[in-house]
This record gives sequence, structure tokens and C-alpha cells, in this order.
Amino acid sequence: MTLALIVGVLVAGGVYLVLQREMLRIVLGFILLSHAVNVLIFSAGGADRRDQPLGDSPDLATTADPLPQAFVLTAIVIALAITIYMLTLAVVGRKDDDTADRSDAARADHGASEDALDIAEVARAHGLTPEPTPRRED
Amino acid sequence: MPASVLTLFVAVPLVVSAVLVLVPFGRLWSVVTLGLTLLASIGGGIWMVASTYDGSSLGHAVGLWPAGISIPFVGDQFSALMITLTGILTITCVAFAVASSHAHLRFFAPLVLVLTAGVNGALLTADLFNLFVFIEVMLLPSYGLLVLSSPGRAPLKRVSGSRLYVTANLLISTIFLAGVGVTYGVAGTVNLGELAGAARESTAVAIAVAVCLFALSMKAAVVPVHGWLARTYPSASPAVTALFSGLHTKVAIYAIYRIYAVVFEGMSEYLWIGVVMFSLTMAVGVLGAVGEGSTRSILAFHMVSQIGYILLGVALFGPLGLAAGIFYLLHHMIVKASLFLSTGAIEVRYGTGPLGTVHGIARAEPLVAVAFFVAAMSLAGIPPFSGFVAKLSLLQAAFDGGQVAAAVVALVVSIVTLMSMLKIWSGTFWGRAGRTPEQPGEVTGEFDEVALRDAATILAVQPRRKISFALAAPAVFLAALTVGLGIGAQGLMALSEVAAGNLVDTSSYVQAVMGG
Repeated sequence: MTLALIVGVLVAGGVYLVLQREMLRIVLGFILLSHAVNVLIFSAGGADRRDQPLGDSPDLATTADPLPQAFVLTAIVIALAITIYMLTLAVVGRKDDDTADRSDAARADHGASEDALDIAEVARAHGLTPEPTPRRED
Repeated sequence: MPASVLTLFVAVPLVVSAVLVLVPFGRLWSVVTLGLTLLASIGGGIWMVASTYDGSSLGHAVGLWPAGISIPFVGDQFSALMITLTGILTITCVAFAVASSHAHLRFFAPLVLVLTAGVNGALLTADLFNLFVFIEVMLLPSYGLLVLSSPGRAPLKRVSGSRLYVTANLLISTIFLAGVGVTYGVAGTVNLGELAGAARESTAVAIAVAVCLFALSMKAAVVPVHGWLARTYPSASPAVTALFSGLHTKVAIYAIYRIYAVVFEGMSEYLWIGVVMFSLTMAVGVLGAVGEGSTRSILAFHMVSQIGYILLGVALFGPLGLAAGIFYLLHHMIVKASLFLSTGAIEVRYGTGPLGTVHGIARAEPLVAVAFFVAAMSLAGIPPFSGFVAKLSLLQAAFDGGQVAAAVVALVVSIVTLMSMLKIWSGTFWGRAGRTPEQPGEVTGEFDEVALRDAATILAVQPRRKISFALAAPAVFLAALTVGLGIGAQGLMALSEVAAGNLVDTSSYVQAVMGG
């Protein structure tokens, strides 16, 4: 029951954060979601009816199931790698990490051409340039 | 073919990739090594097609652990065909990347090799958790390929497209992983051999595996969870878009075919869900394409529509429907990559923009125009190309299965497909050769990502050199392949029927998993 509640709380928080607009909150949301899934897999091993795998001669019928733990270990590594990559994506590209559609912002406060200038400025600040002109073959 | 060779499909690309990262080979040697590894993978695929043609399956327990504990690698006709074709597509896209000077980037070759390893692994594994791992092995280099650009030259659009792509795929992976966890909870195993027919016996297992199937449907971009594909594919470089179109969604489709066949044993109770969802996918995808205004976003929406066709094969579960679906899958991979590559060649030389910005390609670049025309007609299902055979057999299966409504949807969608292919044709290929700079005032809505980028480069647009033969050749090769498969459809159809036979009667597959 405890594990089920933990999964529920983590999913609720994760879903709330993923639905926000800032990239950083989305990343945090995914951290919570992946934790929720890890706990879910963990509980799939029957954590309620099994004991810790300690002692001299653990009884195979009641000792913890190692397979879900191996699953979780793999999943943690993968989730960590992707989280770090997402954090990188959050800091490159724009001066803020808002994922709002640029066309919304453009319509809301200023014309598209001003927006373009703004983006070019940000791009320079980050050492990026707009799409290169199609290159010739040399 | 000895079954232990199966592991090499994953091991060799991974090892070669690691060597390429660690040892700073020159650009030429990296690409040559990449090409040779891919050729070896294709060769192995053909060998596997030949040795599973009798309907047998090859099974290997990795590390020779007893079945049930080991990671099972199983190859049958279906996976052999997929491995061969994904290899051919990858090498064609690499040829295009070389011609468009995208392949000289330091990490291009290693990333493509890891991608190949992931795809091969996902096609061969017979374990749900292992499938998750291989899908991640396939996705991680894709994230890199998506933003890969020369230093200091990363276009902003690629970063924003990548944000969406990574987020969508991470959500899909998380749901899939939850599905695997739940399956383990109710069935006590995630081995496909042990799960064979489990959904028929227990509704709990059926629901648990359905969570996995739901995640795979998201990955395959089935309506209503298709939005991410149509928005991210146009943002990558042309070579990478073509590569992804041939590999990613198709691996998910393969997994849906496999899991439904093995775990559900093609239970007819749930097939109506598929018929409804996939008919909807066909219709919504093609209507989305009608509303789009740039070549690549039109093609991306068409992909969604075509995925509906391919998956209809599994919803018409039976020898005829599955064979038609598999044939459609193979045909679609070739044609779609050809379309992305021919329009990509135009993009590399003439730049992008809303339809009508670049026009008159048919006169300036007859070779590319022919390649596009052949692939577009094949996509719409006009004889004598492979699309005609694929659609005809799918329609026959639909009528046989009594799914007249789905067949009617498929026919109507074909006409709309033809219509929007003509839209691209008249916008880009017809008319006087040249390029009209778009007016900054016209920048609105969905196009502004493209238009803003172009606004910066528009001044640099000068009369360019023509599309070289090397740049056009990949698209032409794939277009020739679709003509060949259209005229000689009998051969591939026979292979698809063998593959379908293995899905209808999974005993040889299950035996290979358990005995291997």
C-alpha cells in the first residue's frame, strides 16, 4: 500500500510539472515520473510479501526478487542520461527556457520581424547562427 | 545460419562505433568503416532471410544461460526482412549525408552505428524489458543526430524541434517501462516465449501488455498521439529525417505486430479497436497534410496516414492481412525515405520555405523530379509501382475480413494522398525554374519557424550549382527499388507471406525463444 501511494503521489507531481511551460520544470516532472515507474517496477517484484535478501541462508520463497531490481537499475541509468541531455537542451537556444510557441509570443506582443531580430541576438550570445545557407560541395 | 550469429548484429556496430569514437580516424575512414559495417549487416540480413525462408526461426540465448534467464535473440523471416531493409535504408541515407556534406561531422558515423545496433537489437530481442533497452539504445544516438551540426552552426530550429522530440520520446519510454513493470507484476515474466498466449488466458495480462502496446502506438504516431511526429520530423536535417522515417516508427510497428501475434495470439475480440484507430489515423493524417504548407511537413503528415495503412494489417489479423501489412511496411519504408531524400536534395541546393518558394525543379533537375514523381505515385498507390500492390492486397484483405468501412476509408484517403502529392508537384516542380523570396509580411502561423530562418538567409540566395548526381542518386536508387518491387511484387509478397505465416502460427518462434 505504501508503494502504491508513493507511485500515485510521484505521478501526480510529475504530471503537474510536465504540463508546465518551462523546460526546467518539464525536466523535473520527468524525474518524478521516472521515479514513479521505478517504484512501480520495484513493487511488481512482490515487495509486500517478500523480505530483505540478507542473512546466512535466505529462503528463496520469501527473499526479495532480484529481477525487478536489475530492471530498475538499468532504467535509472537510462533516465539519468536523458535527463542530463534534456537539461543541456534547456540551456541552449533561447535566453529563457520557455517552450511557448514562438508564434504565440510573436502575435501577443510584437511583430514577427522583431522576434526574428531578438532570436538572432540570442543565437549570437550562445555562439549559434541561424541555419547556414545551403553549402556547395567542395 | 548458426543462431549465435544473431548477437553480432548488435555487437559489431557497437564495437566499431566505440573504436571510431576513441581512435581519431580521418573523415574518409570513418565513413568507409561505417559503410562496410552497414554492408555486413545487410549481408547478414540477407543470409538470415535465406535461412528462415522455410518458416523456421533461429533462437540464441545470449551468454548460453538457460532459457528463461538469458536474453533471448530470435530471428525469423519478419525480423530478417526488417534487418535487411533498415540496413539498406541506413546506407542510402548515409550516402545522402556524405553528398550533402553532413557526414563529415566527427560523431556522425559512431552515432549512426549505435542507432543501427539499437534497431537490430530491437528487431531481434524476444524480451519486453530488453526491447525497452534497445529502443533506448536506438533513441539516444537519435537525439544526438537530431541536433548534430557543424560547431557554431546549430540552427535554432533544430534545438526546439529536439526539445519536443526528446520530451515526447521520454514520455513514451516511461509509459512503456510502466507497462513492462505491470506485466512483470501480473505475469511474473517479460519473456515473450513465456508470455505466449498469456493474454488469452488472463485479462490482467492483456491489460498490462496493452499498456506496452499503447506506448508503442504513441511511438508509431497513431492518431490521436501523432502530434509530436508531424512537428519534430521537419526540424532535423534532410538526411536525418529520412533516416528516422525509415527506422523509428517502423521498429515500433514491428513490435506491435510481434507482441500482438505472440502474446494475444491474434485474439479477434480486440481487433475492432485497431480497425477504428487505424482508419482514423489514415484519415486524420492525410487531412493534416492538406492543411500544411511546406514540403517536409506535408510528408510528415503523410507518414502518419500511411502508418494507419500499415497497422491495418495487424487489425485484419490473418494470413492475408498480415502479409499485406508486412508488404506495405517494407514498401512504405523505401518510398517515404525516397521522398524525403529527393525533397531533401532540393532543400540542400535551393533552400526551404513554404511551397512555391522554390519552383520549376522539373525543368532544372529532371533526375530528382523523376525520382520524386515515381515515389509520390507509388505512395498514392498508382500501378505499376509497389504502392499499388501493397494497397490492392490490403484492400483484398479488408474485404475478405468484412471490414468494408476500413476499405472505403483507405480508398478515399488514397485519392487525397494523390491530391497533396500533386500539390507538392505543382508547387515545387512545375513552372519556371527559380526561387521567389517570400515577403516578410506573409510570415504567419506554422510556417514562421521556416520563414524566420529563411529571412536571415534569403539575402544569400544566389543562383546555385545544380544538384550533383551523388546527391540525387540515393533518392533515385530507392525510387528504382519501388519500381522493381512493383513489377516483381511476387517475390517480396512470397517473403511477406512466410513472415505472416510465422505470426499466425507462433509455435516456431516461441520454440526458438524457449529452446534457444
